[in-house]
Amino acid sequence: MSKVIGAPADTEAVIGLEVHVELLTASKMFCGCRNAFGAPPNTLVCPVCLGMPGSLPVANAKAVEYLCKAGMALGCTIAEYSKFDRKNYFYPDMPKNYQISQYDMPLTTGGSVTLPSGKRVNLTRIHLEEDTGKNVHAGESIARSAYTLVDYNRAGVPLMEIVSEPEISSAREAEEYLAELKAVMSYIGVSDVKMHEGSLRCDANVSIRPAGARELGTKVEIKNLNSFRSVGRAIEYEIERMRACVREGERIVQETRGWDEGSGTTHSMRSKELAHDYRYFPDPDLVPLELGRALLSRWRTELPELPAAKRTRYVRDFGLSEYDAGVLTSERSDADFFEAVAAASGNPKQAANWMMGDVRKVLDRAEMTLASARGRPEQVAALITLVANGTISGKAAKEVIESVMIDGRQPADVVAERGLAQTSDAGAVAAFVDQALHANADSVASYKAGKEKAFEFLVGQVMKLSRGKANVEMVRGLLKERLG
Amino acid sequence: MTMNTGHEIREAIARGEVSAVEATETALAAIAATERRLQAYLQVTPERALARAKEIDAAIARGQDLGLLAGVPVAVKDLFCTQGVRTTAGSKILENFVPPYSATVVRRLEAQGAIIVGKTNMDEFAMGSSCENSAFKATRNPWSTEDVPGGSSGGSAATVGARCVPIALGTDTGGSIREPASFCGVVGVKPTYGRVSRYGIVAFASSLDQAGPMTVDVRDSADALEAIAGFDPMDSTSANVDVPHYAAQLRNDLKGIRVGIVSEFEESIAPDAAMHALYKRAYEDLRALGAELVDVSLPHSKYGLATYYLIAPAEASSNLARYDGARYGLRVDGPDVFSMFDETRAAGFGPEVKRRIILGTYALSSGYYDAYYVRAQKVRTLMKKDFDEAFARCDVIACPAVSCPPFQLGAKSQDPVAMYLMDFFTIPMSLAGVPAMSVPAGYVDDLPVGLQLVAPAFEEGRMFGVAHAYEQATRHAWARTPIVYAGDGHAA
Ligand SMILES: [Zn+2]
Repeated sequence: MSKVIGAPADTEAVIGLEVHVELLTASKMFCGCRNAFGAPPNTLVCPVCLGMPGSLPVANAKAVEYLCKAGMALGCTIAEYSKFDRKNYFYPDMPKNYQISQYDMPLTTGGSVTLPSGKRVNLTRIHLEEDTGKNVHAGESIARSAYTLVDYNRAGVPLMEIVSEPEISSAREAEEYLAELKAVMSYIGVSDVKMHEGSLRCDANVSIRPAGARELGTKVEIKNLNSFRSVGRAIEYEIERMRACVREGERIVQETRGWDEGSGTTHSMRSKELAHDYRYFPDPDLVPLELGRALLSRWRTELPELPAAKRTRYVRDFGLSEYDAGVLTSERSDADFFEAVAAASGNPKQAANWMMGDVRKVLDRAEMTLASARGRPEQVAALITLVANGTISGKAAKEVIESVMIDGRQPADVVAERGLAQTSDAGAVAAFVDQALHANADSVASYKAGKEKAFEFLVGQVMKLSRGKANVEMVRGLLKERLG
Repeated sequence: MTMNTGHEIREAIARGEVSAVEATETALAAIAATERRLQAYLQVTPERALARAKEIDAAIARGQDLGLLAGVPVAVKDLFCTQGVRTTAGSKILENFVPPYSATVVRRLEAQGAIIVGKTNMDEFAMGSSCENSAFKATRNPWSTEDVPGGSSGGSAATVGARCVPIALGTDTGGSIREPASFCGVVGVKPTYGRVSRYGIVAFASSLDQAGPMTVDVRDSADALEAIAGFDPMDSTSANVDVPHYAAQLRNDLKGIRVGIVSEFEESIAPDAAMHALYKRAYEDLRALGAELVDVSLPHSKYGLATYYLIAPAEASSNLARYDGARYGLRVDGPDVFSMFDETRAAGFGPEVKRRIILGTYALSSGYYDAYYVRAQKVRTLMKKDFDEAFARCDVIACPAVSCPPFQLGAKSQDPVAMYLMDFFTIPMSLAGVPAMSVPAGYVDDLPVGLQLVAPAFEEGRMFGVAHAYEQATRHAWARTPIVYAGDGHAA
């Protein structure tokens, strides 16, 4: 464990994260209701997800597949035999007053998340469960409200819980861990991992101990973390609070604490509501999950190339820098776009330059993304080809890219419409060169006197006379000839 | 002519001698005439039944194929959800609950042309063996109105026993079909676990609950089970095993059939001379039909009750957690939502339900779970093995369904353990998941007693075959008439 920056030399932090990720299946975990965010309250419900008498759950095979694929991407061991259990407690966001979850036989065990530093954070397990509904209290808390409204649209949405070992040492590492998890999940397409919409949620278990000690200190669970940044801030705050406790000679109490974004502090949430014996037992309404090896290996072959593998390939096969490869692979859709441009143009380096340069620039200016832009990879590739075969200049191409990306126009059409094609007719180019030399006798003299810069000025003058259409390579050649 | 059975009614309808509406009117009249003394129904649904009967008659007039139960009046226990018809599970907590869906078995019955005439009384949430735990009323035994009809499917047993309807649906968790069937002199079938969908049946103990028919004769049970059985995509625990045409497996002799007699059960019943004699004669009747009697052993059956009273309450404690007043059913308001939960459950559940919730909660509690629930599941596995070994030596098992004839109302209601003991002979089959049925076997003290027949998993056809041969040879169900009797009401 590394030391907490700024901490007294004698303590270190030990952090484990429990991350809940909503799976992006078409329907809910145990019924046929649509799994969607943002619908009017209680419109995506049925007898099963409302826990009506006599209703029974049937496991969503796609959710099992998604969880297993997430596990495979993180190097987990997939259980060939697994089961669902009931977690019993009363809470009005839970229609049955138990949650179907997995207790002692989760779908996956082991695996790890690799941080940018190369440090591996091991995973304990990933299990599948159903999400709860959402409570809206009339007052500040459930106990102090005249009434509580419940929206069951979210009840029964498939949720995977990813539990890490207590191997994270700082707030920064916690944020990096989440970022990497998010990248992997969005890459394999099992979740949209939006923390602000609640499709990724995180609880942090934090403790401190004397540096180098083997035993874990008393842990505190922090809830109510709404963004990666709040995870980091809450952990920083909590470590500081614990160290203050130790300094003051107070005992750290094992408890659940809530993060308050506004005040930037945590507060004790300990109450009777949270003191539970969950009385787990196997859900008799569901049959055990037995995943055959054939099925598992088929899912494995369906996994897309993951960010780390892509980065390595871009550096090795395309000759890109580590940095460029990292930028291009941070989102799967961006990487897919880039690869399509590279393939269609046959020029990965130019494709990378365009994607990270002008394409990004025009999209940012228009507040668009690759997904919302109308330009497709084939058009960008066509533009690259127009430059490569000398039809237009690189400068002209920069004028074309906006129409291509934002309006979805064909580069050749824009070039024709704006008359941007270069002139490679020797007679015409020679005429522009001669005209420029004639009009700029001073510069010709300077050049001949040894001022190299004058040459570029003359090139510019020729281009200006040709309104950018003269093939710049021909211009340079002719100028050298005339001045030589 | 008389038509006491469903298949007779269907045949008369097929011949055009009687309409579905007439059959339904007859059943409704029989219920009206007996209900004051029997108290078998929580709700009779005449308008719905007659409207449905008209549809069946119209379909027949159009020349549509007759379903397996076309025009047959059927009653269903109030544990089955019926779309648009109040479903209470015999509990105050669901007194006002009208489900927006029907149980799969109800839909299947109706798809075969059955006419549902009402919802029958039951022990609250199917917890009980006398029907006295109903939150609404106590049903009487048609053979003696001082006596209980058995339970929990007491209303279904009583209405069939009095010949108001030929077929009723019950559910059996530890004996809730077989014991009342024995008490009311009717046939009652608990199918293999997984044979019948549980979707839409208010859950008591999920790993044990099974729906099954209660009928006047074996043939009706065969037809009714054929109608309701089979895989249901809405129930993961329903088995994807083909449903045979059971009526084709009914037999008239038992040549080549080995019938197992359970030594441990014979020891238990021996002290009661009258009961012992009745069962001895039943076994001899089976032998007379050509069966070979062989001794078999169910050594773990003595742990049945203890095992059952850990597993069933444990599952029930979780299944019944949803009744909290938040979404449907009774709500008693409190100062906050958790008080509302407490107040609703305190007011809505009866004493036996509370007792079992407490038992089950305790059995699942941390520190006790391994000693109770986990160990009970291990005994259950041993009990399944007992049956496997027994069925290696015989084709079916014949044994007592009950330890006594019907008892008086109130006789056991203050003694839960005495009541639990009523399920002694029926619980092992429930724990093992094998099919079992009670078929009328005669009378003790002028009250009916049933013989229990048990078969290996998914061998209901074999069980029906033996039951039919025995029923046709002995005709106990037709030997006497109950005192509350709709008689030969189904006259053409
Ligand atoms: Zn639903």
